[in-house]
Amino acid sequence: MTSILTYTFKNLPSTSKWALRFSVRPLSCSSQLRATPAAQTKSKKTLAKPNIRNVVVVDGVRTPFLLSGTSYKDLMPHDVARAALLGLLHRTSVPKEVVDYIIFGTVIQEVKTSNVAREAALGAGFSDKTPAHTVTMACISANQAMTTGVGLIASGQCDVVVAGGVELMSDVPIRHSRKMRKMLLDLNKAKTLGQRLSLLSKFRLNFLSPELPAVAEFSTSETMGHSADRLAAAFAVSRTEQDEYALRSHSLAKKAQDEGLLSDVVPFKVPGKDTVTKDNGIRPSSLEQMAKLKPAFIKPYGTVTAANSSFLTDGASAMLIMAEEKALAMGYKPKAYLRDFVYVSQDPKDQLLLGPTYATPKVLEKAGLTLNDVDAFEFHEAFSGQILANFKAMDSDWFAQNYMGRKTKVGLPPLEKFNTWGGSLSLGHPFGATGCRLVMAAANRLRKEGGQYGLVAACAAGGQGHAMIVEAYPK
Amino acid sequence: MASRAIGSFRRFPASKTLRCPGYICRNFAGSSALLTRTHINYGVKGDVAVVRINSPNSKVNTLNKELQSEFVEVMNEIWASDQIRSAVLISSKPGCFIAGADINMLAACKTNQEVTQISQEGQRIFEKLEKSPKPIVAAISGSCLGGGLELAISCQYRIATKDKKTVLGSPEVLLGILPGAGGTQRLPKMVGVPAAFDMMLTGRNIHADRAKKMGLVDQLVEPLGPGLKPPEERTIEYLEEVAVTFAKGLADKKISPKRDKGLVDKLTSVAMGIPFVRQQIYKKVEEKVRKQTKGLYPAPLKIIDVVKTGIEQGSDAGYLSESQKFGELAMTKESKALIGLYHGQVLCKKNKFGAPQKEVKHLAILGAGLMGAGIAQVSVDKGLKTILKDATLAGLGRGQQQVFKGLNDKVKKKALTSFERDSIFSNLTGQLDYQGFEKADMVIEAVFEDLSLKHRVLKEVEAVIPDHCVFASNTSALPINEISAVSKRPEKVIGMHYFSPVDKMQLLEIITTEKTSKDTTASAVAVGLKQGKVIIVVKDGPGFYTTRCLAPMMSEVIRILQEGVDPKKLDSLTTSFGFPVGAATLVDEVGVDVARHVAEDLGKAFGERFGGGSLDLLKQMVSKGFLGRKSGKGFYIYQEGVKSKNLNSDMDSILASLKIPPKSEVSSDEDIQYRLVTRFVNEAVMCLQEGILATPAEGDIGAVFGLGFPPCLGGPFRFVDLYGAQKIVDRLRKYEAAYGKQFTPCQLLVDHANSPNKKFYQ
Repeated sequence: MTSILTYTFKNLPSTSKWALRFSVRPLSCSSQLRATPAAQTKSKKTLAKPNIRNVVVVDGVRTPFLLSGTSYKDLMPHDVARAALLGLLHRTSVPKEVVDYIIFGTVIQEVKTSNVAREAALGAGFSDKTPAHTVTMACISANQAMTTGVGLIASGQCDVVVAGGVELMSDVPIRHSRKMRKMLLDLNKAKTLGQRLSLLSKFRLNFLSPELPAVAEFSTSETMGHSADRLAAAFAVSRTEQDEYALRSHSLAKKAQDEGLLSDVVPFKVPGKDTVTKDNGIRPSSLEQMAKLKPAFIKPYGTVTAANSSFLTDGASAMLIMAEEKALAMGYKPKAYLRDFVYVSQDPKDQLLLGPTYATPKVLEKAGLTLNDVDAFEFHEAFSGQILANFKAMDSDWFAQNYMGRKTKVGLPPLEKFNTWGGSLSLGHPFGATGCRLVMAAANRLRKEGGQYGLVAACAAGGQGHAMIVEAYPK
Repeated sequence: MASRAIGSFRRFPASKTLRCPGYICRNFAGSSALLTRTHINYGVKGDVAVVRINSPNSKVNTLNKELQSEFVEVMNEIWASDQIRSAVLISSKPGCFIAGADINMLAACKTNQEVTQISQEGQRIFEKLEKSPKPIVAAISGSCLGGGLELAISCQYRIATKDKKTVLGSPEVLLGILPGAGGTQRLPKMVGVPAAFDMMLTGRNIHADRAKKMGLVDQLVEPLGPGLKPPEERTIEYLEEVAVTFAKGLADKKISPKRDKGLVDKLTSVAMGIPFVRQQIYKKVEEKVRKQTKGLYPAPLKIIDVVKTGIEQGSDAGYLSESQKFGELAMTKESKALIGLYHGQVLCKKNKFGAPQKEVKHLAILGAGLMGAGIAQVSVDKGLKTILKDATLAGLGRGQQQVFKGLNDKVKKKALTSFERDSIFSNLTGQLDYQGFEKADMVIEAVFEDLSLKHRVLKEVEAVIPDHCVFASNTSALPINEISAVSKRPEKVIGMHYFSPVDKMQLLEIITTEKTSKDTTASAVAVGLKQGKVIIVVKDGPGFYTTRCLAPMMSEVIRILQEGVDPKKLDSLTTSFGFPVGAATLVDEVGVDVARHVAEDLGKAFGERFGGGSLDLLKQMVSKGFLGRKSGKGFYIYQEGVKSKNLNSDMDSILASLKIPPKSEVSSDEDIQYRLVTRFVNEAVMCLQEGILATPAEGDIGAVFGLGFPPCLGGPFRFVDLYGAQKIVDRLRKYEAAYGKQFTPCQLLVDHANSPNKKFYQ
């Protein structure tokens, strides 16, 4: 693995896409197919199913993803979500009144706007007659928003749905302690001065210690980074491999940004600040620099560091999805079909981040495709160690037989088709918004580079996972 | 290399070797010596020697002579080698680093001096380790106890897996001995005097995270989940990898073996520098120990003494004192008794009836009272799906609350997380009907002790349970064959006598009737073991074994009270003999009504031999509502939140009305103690004589773990062996002369007295 990655880096400066592709040692049998146009050798010509409405993505946008605590830090989540919605309206020129429903994903909720979808939609000027709801499923919240929309359209309940997601890690709800809350609530109910005084007399200084939200599993109390470090160790992923993969992600993201490939990003004029036009977390460094960092979670000998983990990010995304006939009737040229999808879940302690390994074969089998049919892989990169552990799991017969109930291994996604425009490690990962970014990246890559099928996969807190097939809309 | 690999494969055909490719195995000059090495092998990773301990044909590694000599051999090679700069000690067995020294090695010794010699040998080896010029890292996964801990703390650095199975401790005191290989000298230096005393005097197990906080280990390694290998295997490999990097770091002086002390530690060590403070601590600890052991256990006092010697007079004196005291302790009766109990306990943790045909996965419990709920608690936390059925919603709610509270208390002690509690608690289904009983593999009834009620529930249950389902009755005295008389399938009926409180008391007495099938017994034992119980299997009969032994003693308790001995005095006489609970308090705890029931039933069954005290005492107490702790009044008054208990003055009139004159020739304090104990012991021996008990070991375990028979005596049978059957028979004869038949020694005891070579334990 190490050698493969270094190969890629050496060739990064090369402008020729083909050179990049061929520089990589073949990782799976798909290499033989590469020479011939992909579409002709697919297991299936299309994933359209009889008697089921085709669901298409008309287009999707996102605000620039920013390191938390930077330009969006004074905003509220619905402000960022509104920016994404306005960007989508501008990009697609969709008449607001045709939107039947709006769904947003989010993870850490601002209590004032717990249905952030509704607040953002109202602010963005959508009809107050368009209902909106908010979903949460950790890092696959936006995926859940999209697939909920797919369900509404496929079942004929709606024709036009806006799905998106938002996260603002710059500001998180920090609560009073339970004791303090209880006292405050009781004070509210107290009727006489005597009752109030007696309640106040119970006050202790430790009531003031706040409760901070943590990116930790409720069931195991383990933080995600800690779990990722253990996962990497379980699959014997070395620190160097992780740093190399992180560097790859940043380098590819930088290249994509420089070449203007990240076309889903829409500018956002932040009130009181300059217009933000691009992601600010992409920072290709050097392996030497990265090697200097101390482990962030398992100290002092762990392998997961700040440099090989995704960072806390602010951002929002939104997508316009429609029934195909509706989109065509409205004169749109859709970008992609949203096809089969699956959700999986497993042990939240020891397999917290292995969602992609479980979801990938399941969605492929459901769709009747093989790994070789996929032209663009877009996996959520929570941690380098997580991605590499998933690779090792997918490449292991032992793991497949003992934990997945399969006879043989899943197989490795070829690296030259994998997150080639960067990933969550470099672009950022606003929990609730990443799902839409993954789908749009897959759709845009298929359009730009040719190819028919994209596979999106992600892991999420709670030991859950998701995968979806995106099919390019014929040009 | 090849021959070495083959050799090791031949020796451990079952164990998968954990050796990775890329290992450089040293070439040994004398390969013949190599072939004889069975407990330890080692390889070299770079310049780090990895010493793997793996005793053949055993689940655990124990420090025996062979392992020790191989260890010395290997260490000498490591010290002699130029290529090796540091070493890692690790066990290849998941779940066990080194479980302790080999107890049989001590048992084989005939004199103090022999034991002292063993101790000095150990001291020498560990001192060499401590002074090793090449840093040694102990990589600990699983139990690291006794000699294992002493080995680990002699190393320069310790890394442990943060696993529930990883426990460190000095349990020697529980066997009546002390840590004899330098532990008493090193531990105080490592964790401070107070913590060292706590460890050595209680023998408590310390989990890895606590050990880290105490400074007993330097680093923790998280257990890993599944990867490209089974989790346990990969975790050990990972532990080794981490340990190797630390060993390298230590050799390169990049890591310092000294740890940063916290403020509290610093203050403690400053305080300990003041002789006056030290003296106060020794005094305090000694007082506490004397109070708790009543002077019946020599080991704790010697441990204090040895630690003191080491600190006050220097380590040479300390080591000498340690080895000498170790020798002395190993020869004491108390140590032999405690070691006997240890062996008995190991025996009673095995299912000698084999695996049952069908594993019990669904359990149903009838009656959500104290016992029913207690049984439910120890079942759900082992993952058994359990139905708790009661007749009333209020009764059921009380039982469910008891289970919840039991689990929640563990959360408060941080033994469980709140999430684990919730998921364990969801194994429990509370209900008022028989829904779901068609899936039950075993039903345990814990309804009120009333034969007709037990008959009724047995019939009701048999109408709804599947054919294979075992019906177990939790009763302390009702004969199982009487309960099973109404059963359609008596081969599936068995007795399971739990002790209250179920989550604290380790014993489970399983009672089989003539008709109970072997598979039913196997099933009951399997469930009991799963619940974490120590199990004795006895034959059916009035009072089985435990209740039957207790009853004559209780009858004597009543007589002694009638003779005018104050309950408080009686309590202090029994506790100073080594019983954990005083005799009068015990009646209150068991419940006066229960005691009365049992006394009546067994009195009928056994006649005069169970007589002595007047049943009227219990009857009058019941009629006045003095049922013991549960009703707030018995011999004592019990109040919520009040610790010190006062005598129930209303008892005075009852006792006065039943007063009998004491017989002065058998009423000294010692006589009172022996009147109680000899009746107990005599009845126990009679149970063996009649075949109620299968083995004396089970009798000892039952008496100690179920009834609180003094552990320092090792149980009634060990007591007869160590104290001398003749002396006991003499005592019985003396009391027989005063009171008659109740003290007539049984035949088996007389036989033992007549031939001094006869022992219950050969």
